[in-house]
Amino acid sequence: MYRYDELDQAFVEQRVAEFRDQTRRHLAGELSEEEFRPLRLRNGLYLQRHAPMLRIAVPYGLLSARQLRKLADITRRYDRGYGHFTTRQNLQLNWPRLADVPDILAELASVQMHAIQTSGNCVRNVTADHLAGVAPDELDDPRPYCEIIRQWATLHPEFTYLPRKFKIAVSGSPEDRAATEVHDVGLQLRRDPSGELGFAVRVGGGLGRAPMIGQLIREFLPLPELLAYLEAILRVYNRHGRRDNLNKARIKVLVKTLGAARFREQVEAEWRIGRSHAPRLTAEDVARFRACFAPPPYAALEDQHVTAGREARFVAWDRYNTRAHRVPGYRAVFVSLKAHGSNPGDITAAQMEVVAALAERLSFGLVRTTHNQNLMLADVPQSELYGLWRELDAHGLAMPNIGTLTDIIACPGLDFCSLANAGTLDVVREIQQRFDDLDYLYDLGDIEIKMSGCMNGCGHHHVGHIGILGVDKHGQEWYQLTLGGSANGFTALGEVIGPSLPKHEVAPAIERIVEAYRALRADGERFIDTIRRLGVAPFTDSVYAPHPAAA
Amino acid sequence: MRHILRRREIVTDDWCYAGETAVPDAPLIVPLAELRADAARWRQRPGRLGVLLAPEDPVEELADELPRLALVAVQFPNVGDGRGYSQGRLLRERLGFTGELRAVGAGVRQDRVYLLARCGFDTLELAAAEDPDAALRAWSRYSVGYQPGDPQVPLARQRFLAPPA
Repeated sequence: MYRYDELDQAFVEQRVAEFRDQTRRHLAGELSEEEFRPLRLRNGLYLQRHAPMLRIAVPYGLLSARQLRKLADITRRYDRGYGHFTTRQNLQLNWPRLADVPDILAELASVQMHAIQTSGNCVRNVTADHLAGVAPDELDDPRPYCEIIRQWATLHPEFTYLPRKFKIAVSGSPEDRAATEVHDVGLQLRRDPSGELGFAVRVGGGLGRAPMIGQLIREFLPLPELLAYLEAILRVYNRHGRRDNLNKARIKVLVKTLGAARFREQVEAEWRIGRSHAPRLTAEDVARFRACFAPPPYAALEDQHVTAGREARFVAWDRYNTRAHRVPGYRAVFVSLKAHGSNPGDITAAQMEVVAALAERLSFGLVRTTHNQNLMLADVPQSELYGLWRELDAHGLAMPNIGTLTDIIACPGLDFCSLANAGTLDVVREIQQRFDDLDYLYDLGDIEIKMSGCMNGCGHHHVGHIGILGVDKHGQEWYQLTLGGSANGFTALGEVIGPSLPKHEVAPAIERIVEAYRALRADGERFIDTIRRLGVAPFTDSVYAPHPAAA
Repeated sequence: MRHILRRREIVTDDWCYAGETAVPDAPLIVPLAELRADAARWRQRPGRLGVLLAPEDPVEELADELPRLALVAVQFPNVGDGRGYSQGRLLRERLGFTGELRAVGAGVRQDRVYLLARCGFDTLELAAAEDPDAALRAWSRYSVGYQPGDPQVPLARQRFLAPPA
């Protein structure tokens, strides 16, 4: 992984000192909340329903065991002994004290971490495929480029007060596991016919209000031009993005207003003129960053059958919670944060320490956070899988449901967030309870449920196979269901199936939807494919037709 | 008497905005719209001339006037409006402006000094309530930065250099 040099270390320490001073001024009454707000947001600090919320950056989802232990330590000393991993691979603390935040940031700096630009109208944490570097289908590891972008974007003097937040994702595989098409900028690694490396560039994707799929504005951007081109995009956006209406300030609105072709012309013109002053990536730069992500010293192993003679629970876990690895004899392993009865993405300090120890023993000391709010040990020898499963299982981290209906993505919702209209966590619980039979879950196959507690869409409900959006209806929590969304490879926005439902009807409605699927599916057909084939109408009928048996 | 921060020093402002002075050759800052409405008159005025840009003003259109201007003041009307940062960089890098580049408005606070200085602003007309000494200290808060072109950071410690001109 990338390790800080003295420049990086000096920078984060100076950043902590600056925020300590800003917090002091705020607490002394010298900085009003209005003045303090943009400053604290750029250090990851929100003021939430019950307490501040601190969002700690996990750049492109990569953590060392030491960093994860430090996070555990921080949650114990400054919070309530747990944290929450988000869809953008970061970690949120729900109960820090404002006056402690400078100390927390200093603790983070001591292990080469920070909370810089995890909120506010600036370039946010750059995200990547959780299988980066190990996926068999990968063209090139996206993480060196993510790190380059992270550094370049950190306190960029021109682009730290943008019209609105700005999210960049990078994928190195044909299968897009980083949801690049629903980011403000989505970069997909490509090679041109001469073998030169570069990126396909999409702009203007995004969820939240008025969800949009990113427009391809450049088929191939040569690697050395990466930062110059990003500067051109951001400059056009910074100058011309709307600032009069928060709901129309994302770059997707500018792209839509101008049209992709005109937006592209402006960016290309800006790039051609501006590149003489923009940073150019040299071969040395690229080599230096690539070296930081060189493959670990894998042993020469062979693929093996690990499930022969093992119990069914392990067999299921191996099938659902592990993924193919490009190196023979290894598997990438999901650490499930989706145990039934838990909040998606939540993890206790003790569990963090267990995962850190396992990473050190079995996976070169590295842990990944995933877009789906799980963790991953990416480099586990197959011979160690059974022992690993037993330990994960003993700590509630082996729920064999990755990719199934109960591997739900959800934002924290009304229980924590001051923006939310409706609760998410109790709905998750009801779904988990209703679908607690694993054989039934496995029969249903791949189904992604994504839930957001409000229009801002932090739970990515638009791109869930089943999307659930919490809405406020006369002070009551109601839920709107969408079907057919998808964010990997074939990006599509879900279609609303009908009027919103009260909370207690959400889980039963989902059961009726999947029952309809079971009745309608062709042999071996996945849920999403049945929806694509038939449209949402039959599912709408299943939810809204009178149900004489229902109480 | 207005105090400003110019190249890391707190000094008395020697410039006036239109309407602030009756002295015929006092250094004067006029809004872009006024400048363009009667360019010939302003060209003949004795004394140094500066222009005040609103956030939405396209700096490129200033190219013809720029050689005659000793100062460009860029407005930061609130702390969230970041358009002035682009205007500053473009004035310095694209239009080659070497005169005084001044940030002015309610958004010019000590917590933005680092960003402003790195976008080419050499003079800060701080928001009314801001403490100039604190702003001066903030100018030296960071010894490092990731983007090229910061005079505070030695070249050897900069990353992702711009190609040589």
